[in-house]
Amino acid sequence: MSPKGRHAAGWWALILPAFLLMTAFYVAPILQVLAISVTEPSPGLGNYERLFTSESVQRVIGTTLRIGVVTTAVALLLGYVLAYRIALAGPRAQRWWLLAVLVPLWISVLVRAFAWVTLLRRQGLVNEGLLAAGVIDQPLSLVWNEFGIIIGMVHYMVPYAVLPMLSAMREIDPRVLAAARGLGASRTGAFLRVFLPLSLPGVIAAGVLVFIFSLGFYITPAILGGGKTLMVAEWIKLQILDLIRWGLGAMMATVLVVAILATLAVFSRLVNLRRLFGAGG
Amino acid sequence: MSGPAGHALSLQGVAKRYGDFTAVQGATLEVASGEFLTLLGPSGSGKTTILMMIAGFVEPSAGRILLDGRDITALPPERRDFGMVFQGYALFPHMTVAENVAFPLRVRRMARAERDAKVRAALDLVQLDRFADRRPSQLSGGQQQRVALARALVFDPALLLLDEPLSALDKKLRAELQEELKALHRRIGRSFINVTHDQEEALSLSDRIAILNHGHVMQVGSPEALYERPATRFVADFLGKSNFIEGEAEPDAGGMALRRGRARVVARGTAPAGRALLSLRPEKIVLLPAEGAPALAEDNVVEGRIAAWSYLGTGFAVTVETPDLGAIRVHLPAWRSPVAPAEGLAVRLGWSRDAAVVVAEDAAMAPQGHAA
Repeated sequence: MSPKGRHAAGWWALILPAFLLMTAFYVAPILQVLAISVTEPSPGLGNYERLFTSESVQRVIGTTLRIGVVTTAVALLLGYVLAYRIALAGPRAQRWWLLAVLVPLWISVLVRAFAWVTLLRRQGLVNEGLLAAGVIDQPLSLVWNEFGIIIGMVHYMVPYAVLPMLSAMREIDPRVLAAARGLGASRTGAFLRVFLPLSLPGVIAAGVLVFIFSLGFYITPAILGGGKTLMVAEWIKLQILDLIRWGLGAMMATVLVVAILATLAVFSRLVNLRRLFGAGG
Repeated sequence: MSGPAGHALSLQGVAKRYGDFTAVQGATLEVASGEFLTLLGPSGSGKTTILMMIAGFVEPSAGRILLDGRDITALPPERRDFGMVFQGYALFPHMTVAENVAFPLRVRRMARAERDAKVRAALDLVQLDRFADRRPSQLSGGQQQRVALARALVFDPALLLLDEPLSALDKKLRAELQEELKALHRRIGRSFINVTHDQEEALSLSDRIAILNHGHVMQVGSPEALYERPATRFVADFLGKSNFIEGEAEPDAGGMALRRGRARVVARGTAPAGRALLSLRPEKIVLLPAEGAPALAEDNVVEGRIAAWSYLGTGFAVTVETPDLGAIRVHLPAWRSPVAPAEGLAVRLGWSRDAAVVVAEDAAMAPQGHAA
């Protein structure tokens, strides 16, 4: 073996324990899930056939996609405004803004979901406030439906939307914006023709990240959906733990994994995903 | 692109303060129609701030800016119709060369056919017609600079503002583009306002130069006037090199004289009795060996020894230590030099009366300036 080859082998030995751990506790169970989806209750593609025949399976997938798309769109919109504001702030203000964006990430998702329930339920702060102000006569149903799920998910996702967009915006040379103004573009014109196109890779990256997260969301939809609106993750839990239909749950899990990989594959052609996930340019 | 003649710009007491810091102190400047004016100064002299106020990116704290007599002080940058070449060019990375050049026309909502014709003409003007479909990142620094020029000129601007347009290029390319810029200016007859810290660039390009220091306009004039008749020590020192001789002024039949130690130096002009300062350019001094050479028939002759010298290709830079006037720098041509420089060599220096010029100390010119 050449000295260089021996050197490389040494490095591989260093990551071997981590590699074995990942294989034993992460890759193997996933493969097992894939296997269950074609063996339970009887061998064959019977579980996958449900994708085309079962209305309830289709409804769950439709709901998940719809909530995912709406959440992504709203989180991107709010995140873009925030990221834009942060990118234009001074270095001192930027630190405070970033802290404000990141603080929610440190609070348990469970706590945040219950906090939204107390705010949005029929006797919650929002409804009581609106009733007292005379804006409404009847309490609005803000929670235990898709609306509540989307509010909770957007709240969770905004930081994930802000960070990739902010890093794209920080790479924009501010002189380019001044140049646009100097050459006759209004504020809006400079934004639409120069800033927006240059920040677009960040928007796409943030969109992919948020959408993928949204597809597999469990706690927030489970609490804010109140069991009436089912998304894929909760539906899988229901099949496996409550109805003991392992094959069906494993099939849906497989579909989820494939959907996520497909999304990544499509967008990796559009943006540099290595950079999005921190591998550096 | 040869429409009506250029426009005249006038700055009246324009100042900019940032809290306690004054970046520009009451600058008053006239830019004549079709003129090439350079704002020259060291970094922090306020030259870029003045340009940014003209462009509309920085709002003056006091004073007015007039274009052809019309007050434009409050106008936002996009409504001033000035072309601008930014430091580092600031080309749009997501657009091709042609799209970059078309940008000013697009935001002015010009019809497509007319726009395409103008873009082609502008790219022809800077000889980049073959690169229309490239991205800025695929061009060399010199080519990017030309795209920035074409983009700034395509909409027939009233003025062209240049912020250190050549500073990012290497020396040889810079000289080449200086020539092109000068030819371009002559061809299109617009007023150009250029900012630089490079004195050679300022001398070779400009019709007039405004020299700035610590936020003050120190002196404005043609390159030759500034070089030959600097008003202050700073101007004489910043534009080219200069020796300074300080002494007691006294009247003299042909102008004035300056006494320092046992030496008496004559110069043109007048100075009130008392302390005075002379500026003497190194290339205006003749240098001969002290022995074995004909006597120097100059108005001023002093003796000294060579303390240091270096060969520069075109000439020698020699420092001569003199008993009364201190160290004097001399620049003499290397080709057929009358002296073979050597350390410790005894030499005689001579210069005519009109080689030296009286300059003021800077503190007298800038009362609100730094404590000098």
